[in-house]
Amino acid sequence: MNRIQKRLQEDKKILSIYFTAGYPRLEDTVGIIESLEKHGVDLVEIGLPFSDPLADGPTIQESSTKALKNGMTTEKLFSQLQEIREKVSIPLIIMGYFNPVLQYGVEEFCKKCQEIGIDGLILPDLPLREYQLQYKDIFEAHGLLNIFLITPQTSQERIREIDAASEGFLYLVSSASTTGAKTGFGQEQEDYFKRVAAMKLRNPQIAGFGISNAETFAQATRHTHGAIIGSAFIKHLTENGASSAGEFIKRIR
Amino acid sequence: MTYNVDENGYYGEFGGAYIPEMLYPNTEEIRQQYIRIMEDPAFEKEFNELLRDYVGRPTPLYYAARLSEHVGARIYLKREDLCHTGAHKVNNTIGQILLAKRLGKNRIIAETGAGQHGVATATVCALMGMECIVYMGAVDIERQAPNVARMKMLGATVRAANSGSRTLKDATNEAIRDWINNPVDTHYIIGSVVGPHPYPDMVARFQSVISAEIKSQLQEKEGRSQPDFVVACVGGGSNAAGAYYHYLDDTEVGLIAVEAAGKGVDSGESAATSYLGKTGIIHGSKTLLMQTADGQITEPYSISAGLDYPGVGPMHAHLYASGRGEFISITDDEAMEAGRLLAKLEGIIPAIETAHAFAIFDKRKFKKDDLVVINLSGRGDKDLQTYIDYFKL
Ligand SMILES: Cc1ncc(COP(=O)(O)O)c(C=O)c1O
Repeated sequence: MNRIQKRLQEDKKILSIYFTAGYPRLEDTVGIIESLEKHGVDLVEIGLPFSDPLADGPTIQESSTKALKNGMTTEKLFSQLQEIREKVSIPLIIMGYFNPVLQYGVEEFCKKCQEIGIDGLILPDLPLREYQLQYKDIFEAHGLLNIFLITPQTSQERIREIDAASEGFLYLVSSASTTGAKTGFGQEQEDYFKRVAAMKLRNPQIAGFGISNAETFAQATRHTHGAIIGSAFIKHLTENGASSAGEFIKRIR
Repeated sequence: MTYNVDENGYYGEFGGAYIPEMLYPNTEEIRQQYIRIMEDPAFEKEFNELLRDYVGRPTPLYYAARLSEHVGARIYLKREDLCHTGAHKVNNTIGQILLAKRLGKNRIIAETGAGQHGVATATVCALMGMECIVYMGAVDIERQAPNVARMKMLGATVRAANSGSRTLKDATNEAIRDWINNPVDTHYIIGSVVGPHPYPDMVARFQSVISAEIKSQLQEKEGRSQPDFVVACVGGGSNAAGAYYHYLDDTEVGLIAVEAAGKGVDSGESAATSYLGKTGIIHGSKTLLMQTADGQITEPYSISAGLDYPGVGPMHAHLYASGRGEFISITDDEAMEAGRLLAKLEGIIPAIETAHAFAIFDKRKFKKDDLVVINLSGRGDKDLQTYIDYFKL
């Protein structure tokens, strides 16, 4: 069983952290992952930076631009992560846009992920149909889970379709927005999380977008299996540096 | 064999809809509806009436005697510069605003490079009484100031895109982000044959009126509906797509696409996508794309804001890859000189985008009796300041 699936069987609310690889400094990647595991984070999403991150707000755009300026590349990330499995055992996901993966070669990329011990990928602009037609077999051959997003506008029918095609979890985008655009939750999000929970899907759901502190983490996980924090964590790193990663986590739980 | 789109939204290996799930409901709604809406007789009637009475179509097909003499070929100009707002862009915005109305949308967003698409969008929004927000790169806001003023005069809000090279690519990123944040009430009027399926096909259909008119006008003037060549500049590729559309599968007609070489294709400051690009994903489409070996999108450069884009529509990527289209790239200097030449020979000052299409004659020789149609996509009013600075007028 994949590390992500194993972790999701545990009876606890998942805390997942997204950060941009190579940010604030190029060599911060591994240290941040170690510190996240040490402070009890359940799952880490390592952001492979892209020049034109369409689904991201200013915080992640800026961290991506900076990481690229620092010299981050796909090859560099893989070399930083080469020995990561000697250091941490938590599930690791690479999150990024499809073009860098396409240029690296999808097969080659997946092979490298498997060698390193990456458990899954989140590629928001690789849609379900294209994935199923062209890439599913490659991902599966390398033991990688592909995580799909659903949003408040996703129809019931499509949620079922995505659920049927998913292994691992569903990434529940909390509101119609780019990352970091809105914080906090209202009745609308609560209703949406409840509506999805009531569908009794095969896959657990983890909420993301708009979660920034203990309060929003608690709200987001009331009807879901966990929550993802991205922009708020990156802002914290910007202000306090990579060595302060643990402090941020202590404030969440 | 067809060079048009297939039922999955691909031109050969190019196209598709590589979009985050947040945009799926919007694009899926358009995908399911656009053909039905466009083929509805009531829609056709409203669209055609507006093209005739508001845009001023059909635009003339003009035999350019002095240019023909100068070049040594028989050259016709398709006068899209005479459209209301000064370029072909309005053909598409009229179509899309009517579509947006039928989809029940009341807020319109658009990206713009040269400002021509922004003006054309602001115009139809004024016409229909809809809210209009146009994203424009900060660099382009400066070099296309008259169009910024026009958009404001028309009641649109112009928002500066400050990321990346602060040009068309970045304006498009911002427009897409706006759409992600406003998925229910907003329609995104993309200004070229780019973006996720079905946009490239939808925009090409709205622009196809250009080649439909060329066919009947040539028939009338020459007793034949096919020219030997159709020439158009290519930024995203919409004026070219419209001028090629009814000739795509008619391989007797040569299709010549003219891209912006900027300061030279190998200068590092260029927008010649077919020469410099590799297959990649930009703005939801798999197409030719200028990028690093690592898959990061490269910042393009051209003196002309409307051609300053690191990708090209998937139809054109396929025309290039299949060899159906002939691609030529033209530098800033060559384009500026060609603009001046057209002004002197024919009394027509073209947009700098368009001027690129007139600069091919040193590189591409024609036979004396070759019948060549050049799509004169826009007029140069918006570019006067650039012409003034360049020629010290
Ligand atoms: C006059 C004119 N021609 C051509 C273009 C390039 O766009 P496309 O390749 O979509 O026709 C523009 C874009 O702004 C334009 O204003």
